[in-house]
Amino acid sequence: MSGSLASRLVPTALFVVAIVFPLAVDNPYLVSVVVTAYVTAIAVYGLDVLLGYTGQLSLAHAGFFGIGGYTVGVLTADHGFSFWTALPVALALTVALAHLIGLAALRTRHDYFAIFTLAVGVMIVIVIDRWAEVTGGTDGLIGIPPPPAIGPLRFDTLTTQYYLALAFLLLTIYVVWALVHSLVGRTFLAVRNSEDLARAVGIDAGRTHQLSFVISAALAGLGGSLYAVFLGYIGPAMGNVQMTFMMLVYLMIGGVASLAGPLVGTLLVMGLMQALQAFNEYQMMVLGPILVVVIIFFPHGLAGQGRRLAERLTVGRAGDAAAR
Amino acid sequence: MTLFFQQLVNGIALGSVYALVALGLTLVYGVLKVPNFAHGALYTAGAYVAYVVLTGLGYPYVVAVVAAMAVVALLGAAMEWVVFRPLEGKSPVHAMIAALGVLFFLEGAADVIWGPDFRQVPTPLDGVVSVAGVNITEQRVLVVIAAIATMSGLYWLLKRTLVGMSIEAMAQDREGALLVGIDTRRVALITFAISGVLAAVAGSLIAPLVLVFPTMGAVIVLKAFVIVILGGMGSVPGAIVGGYLLALAETMAGTYVAFAFSELIAFALLVLVLVVKPTGLFAKGV
Repeated sequence: MSGSLASRLVPTALFVVAIVFPLAVDNPYLVSVVVTAYVTAIAVYGLDVLLGYTGQLSLAHAGFFGIGGYTVGVLTADHGFSFWTALPVALALTVALAHLIGLAALRTRHDYFAIFTLAVGVMIVIVIDRWAEVTGGTDGLIGIPPPPAIGPLRFDTLTTQYYLALAFLLLTIYVVWALVHSLVGRTFLAVRNSEDLARAVGIDAGRTHQLSFVISAALAGLGGSLYAVFLGYIGPAMGNVQMTFMMLVYLMIGGVASLAGPLVGTLLVMGLMQALQAFNEYQMMVLGPILVVVIIFFPHGLAGQGRRLAERLTVGRAGDAAAR
Repeated sequence: MTLFFQQLVNGIALGSVYALVALGLTLVYGVLKVPNFAHGALYTAGAYVAYVVLTGLGYPYVVAVVAAMAVVALLGAAMEWVVFRPLEGKSPVHAMIAALGVLFFLEGAADVIWGPDFRQVPTPLDGVVSVAGVNITEQRVLVVIAAIATMSGLYWLLKRTLVGMSIEAMAQDREGALLVGIDTRRVALITFAISGVLAAVAGSLIAPLVLVFPTMGAVIVLKAFVIVILGGMGSVPGAIVGGYLLALAETMAGTYVAFAFSELIAFALLVLVLVVKPTGLFAKGV
């Protein structure tokens, strides 16, 4: 099948491009944009786990991104932790908080869940904003040190940080891929498509939603932790609802419930936004209608369009073969 | 005791605004079954239209309020027509995400047109009414009277006119409404326009008492969601009672407990409601 050959070739080619990219491109600014896109994409994969595979819209997603980022930021910049010890703490905290919030939030579904998580998201930002003695308040945190070296591996240059971000991104994609293709992933889809039906075949829908929510938040926390350490400074805006909105834009444009969608959408939109910095002022005014158009006309995003194109090609070829 | 009555009056004024915003949200939820996250932007739009008509064009306050109602009604109707109608019959998640798109578009537009800074709308009524030692600004009196008049008008519309009855019918049973010959699309359009009018009345009335800025609707719409969940999604009396109750709870807690505490009440209530009874305390049984 040419389809499966292409589906092997394309990722391999992209992987090679990703590896040589920082060596071939002599533009530190561009490389740093891609690093930011990679770590943001990790959080977008988290959003996709929840929205794409169990069908719930969490508006607190950037809140968990913020919790991850601030935990790493506060521990490394103010308390002398190394990134490598701060990261597990940040992940544990995100998971614990997500579990608690999930217990309350997942008593609801769909619209009520979205409203409840919106309130949670706003509360997280209020806490970050007001708890100034720890978080730095509206001024944010500066001076977050880069990850210290592990043995011979040093992470104090942009190129090495790029490879670290890429490694975490690939790990995330692998985890999401393995999840989606596991029995757990099937139960996610079953619960998304019909909760009643899923219950009827013996799936514990409550636990499935809870698991999806916690995994989703954990990826947001991981993305946020890396975002903080690579940028070196953070502000409360990284946790607000506007950030969740941006992640939704990346996800919907790239394509929901697809393995490539979150990365494609994040790279494309972040790249375009950097290229069109002159229009920064109009960013929200432009992205809002784009999101609406995507939802109405291309609800499966670029990945969905790509899949449809591939299907049309294979079907066309199969038709030719049958005619012969 | 004077302080208590003073705060009672302030709470009623704030409650009038909460109730108006929550009413629009609950009406739209009734017909669309989707939480309109962009509703706060309609409230903001009402405040900005009043600001432009008053300070930019120099017309009297009454004209500003009426202009705000007209412009935001059109904005609401346009939202239904352009964004929500094409999403009819699709997953509600799509409509929720689209509503966020509209919200950020409108906030972004306000930011581009007027900038992020706070604007002040001059108070047309700067007098103070004193009743038994309680001082009430005339603007607050106006807020309460206008809100009650608007709510009475809405009650009349819903109970006495064909359009209003169609809205209630559609909220109860969309297919049933379609079966008895109600043009559900037209009703949805009108409901959005009405929700725009209610938001505009709230926004233009409160504008002289608060600061006007692009994201001024964000917090109030969150409170409106709490009110609507408390009162039952789609319930009109629930939105009114809930609006006044939340505002009174906030002003009283702000006076007698701690000011910083007052804005957390809405969130605490929301968590409480969801933990106790996720479908809303006064929600009607299906």
